Amino acid sequence: MSTIPVTREVSEAPWTLPSRGIVGMACLILAESAIFIIFVVAYVYYIGKSLSGPTPKQVLELPIVATICLLSSSITAHAAVSSLRKDRVSACTAWLGATIFLALVFLFYTAKEWYELIYHYGLTIRTNLFGTTFYSLVGLHATHVVVGLIMLTVALIAGLRKAMNEHHAEKLEVLSLYWHFVDAVWVVVFTVVYVLGR
Amino acid sequence: MATTTAVDLTSQTKPKKLLLQVAHDWLTTVDHKKIGIMYIVYALVFLVIAGFMAMLIRIQLAVPNNHFLSPQVFNRLFTMHGTTMVFFVGMPILFGFGNYLIPLMIGARDMAFPRLNAFSFWISAFGGILLYYSYVGGSGLYGAGSAPDVSWWAYAPLTEKVFSPGHSTDYWTFSILLSGIGTTGTAINIVATILSMRCKGMTMTRLPLLPWIYLVTSFLVFVAVSPLTAAQIMITIDRYLGAHFFDTQAGGSAILWFHFFWIFGHPEVYILVMPAFGFMNEIIPVFSRKAIFGYPAMVAATVSIGFISLSVWAHHMFIDGLGAGGNIFFTAATMVISVPTGIKIFNWLATMWGGKIQFKTPMLFATGFLFQFLGAGLTGIVLSSAPMDWQLNNTYFVVAHFHYVLVGAILFALFAAFYYWYPKMTGRMLSERLGKWHFWLFVIGFHLTFDLMHVPGILGMPRRIYTYEAGRGWDSWNMLVSAGGFIQAIATVIFVVNMVWAFYRGRVAGPDPWDAWTLEWATTSPPPDYNFAVPPSISSRRPLWDLKHPEDVDSHYEY
Ligand code: HEM
Ligand SMILES: [Cu+2]
Repeated sequence: MSTIPVTREVSEAPWTLPSRGIVGMACLILAESAIFIIFVVAYVYYIGKSLSGPTPKQVLELPIVATICLLSSSITAHAAVSSLRKDRVSACTAWLGATIFLALVFLFYTAKEWYELIYHYGLTIRTNLFGTTFYSLVGLHATHVVVGLIMLTVALIAGLRKAMNEHHAEKLEVLSLYWHFVDAVWVVVFTVVYVLGR
Repeated sequence: MATTTAVDLTSQTKPKKLLLQVAHDWLTTVDHKKIGIMYIVYALVFLVIAGFMAMLIRIQLAVPNNHFLSPQVFNRLFTMHGTTMVFFVGMPILFGFGNYLIPLMIGARDMAFPRLNAFSFWISAFGGILLYYSYVGGSGLYGAGSAPDVSWWAYAPLTEKVFSPGHSTDYWTFSILLSGIGTTGTAINIVATILSMRCKGMTMTRLPLLPWIYLVTSFLVFVAVSPLTAAQIMITIDRYLGAHFFDTQAGGSAILWFHFFWIFGHPEVYILVMPAFGFMNEIIPVFSRKAIFGYPAMVAATVSIGFISLSVWAHHMFIDGLGAGGNIFFTAATMVISVPTGIKIFNWLATMWGGKIQFKTPMLFATGFLFQFLGAGLTGIVLSSAPMDWQLNNTYFVVAHFHYVLVGAILFALFAAFYYWYPKMTGRMLSERLGKWHFWLFVIGFHLTFDLMHVPGILGMPRRIYTYEAGRGWDSWNMLVSAGGFIQAIATVIFVVNMVWAFYRGRVAGPDPWDAWTLEWATTSPPPDYNFAVPPSISSRRPLWDLKHPEDVDSHYEY
């Protein structure tokens, strides 16, 4: 033995510390929020400063269905975590499936919106400042959705192969924290881009 | 006096390993101590490279009408010098010390996420290598390839494709992006380690001040480095996809880039300087043989510096036309930051006051830090008033000011940290004699260079000029400044020699050569892979003091 126990009297008081997974995810969310804030600031700063058309008013439509889908996927993700806590693995798997489905619907709407913007209205990232900031901000958010989707799929596969049990609940909770964050960001993006920006 | 008798001093005899095996061990390691040392070594290599560039710059400026370097090479040199020093020397070396020390100081066996730790290291290191890879470019080595030449803030629209064709700026953005990802990863790790891996009994009020400071610094990393990452993404989108974030021809704004950069850039200097404060907090008490004065005030000052530093960025933009309101706000905010900084200086002095000060090399450097940091703060106050800044901005006065902080404070604190913790990391002491030579030469060189550099600044010598005419009153100052630079270089060589020599020949250190108080000294030097055979549990801020003085334990005095 090469080291010493440094204590004189070992206190019997219970010693609990926060979970490192959750602390780590909270930090990641803080850092990511700062990134999103910069993109949002750029978006807001450039509203109405484009030198040429098209303008948001001419081309943007409120993505109501997509928003409802994404926001409800937070609820299903939460349900997945609570089922896993109670060791109901198949219920958890089902909720995960629902979450993934809702996220896919959201992505489908984004893809459709971008397709129309590009091919019907000729709005690309090069067209004007609106195009630049719109595709970057919405694209950054969509990238986060895709990353979350990949992680959710991994969890789903683990569930389907019965490789998941209640001991994984904390890990799934960390993932669901990320997912709630992605949803919260969408609320901001929605407000800035589709409400204020029009 | 009771001693740490329980420590087993027999050196572990390890079987000799093949070189290849050793390399494999280091390259695949997830041990926080090895990663910490790799960070430090990589930073030292870059320190030597960037220092060499500084020498080239000083040769060029030593005499008027010099043609030693071409203008383009000069641009590339100061860009690479600044970028390297900030991103590939300052940050990695501080995170290296953090990586090495934090788990030991809080009595943990490793960082919270060892694999993320290794990933963060390698991605930052790759960023540095990528930056230098740009030298192997179009116009060959002497023409300095296609290294970036946009300076370390890369102001838009200079970095847009039209003004900066080719790939030099891309190298710059990508390497900064990678190092930013690595830095954020390490910061996440540090926060998770400090919050969730503390040993039994180590409440937040018993946390040593160094981990406290790294905690605040990591929060600064989250909120300050991320904007830089975002801005790098934007400039990359501009350059590769033809977007217009900072394209002034299409209505984009250059001022927006300035804001985004300095929202990062100012807190960055605190990310660098706060760990230096952390080293002081450990070293000054030990060599004054007194507990740190005003622990709660130190913590409070650290946290408030963290917050205030987020609201002062635009003092780098006084000459951009912020308007009166902006000028007043940012002047006031900048001056407010000197209050918590003053508290720290006061507490360090109060710790030394009445103590039995031992001027070993770490303490010498710590004392140098105190004086020079004070000087840097004073020139900072001069610059923080907008009217003065209008006169002095973009002159050598600014260069002198920030080198006072970066070299006079941060580098001195780092040297102190090296002399203090080198025995822990390698098991051997650095030579005191060489250490004293290093210190005195460096102090002389430093003051010769950076005290005098304020003068040509006041006389109107602009920064970033490649050469100047004779007879403006700048000549002899510049010659002396360059001479001082060379004295610092010689001192650095002594330091490197000392480290190499001590590694093989230095006196064996033993677990606690400084008779110190924090947990890292409770294990062998160097510590075993698992740090502590039995995870420690503590009942005061100075666990080793309690162990050595059972009749007078520390917890009685804590408040
Ligand atoms: C006492 C606190 C400080 C004050 C009041 C202060 C104030 C200022 C001001 C007002 C400027 C703008 C000068 C100009 O561009 O015209 C400046 C520049 C600068 N400061 Fe400080 N500063 C302080 C601490 C630091 C620290 C701790 C560092 C580094 C670790 C630092 C590094 C720099 C750098 C790199 C610049 C140059 C920015 C550029 O390239 O334009 N400062 N400082
Ligand atoms: Cu600043």
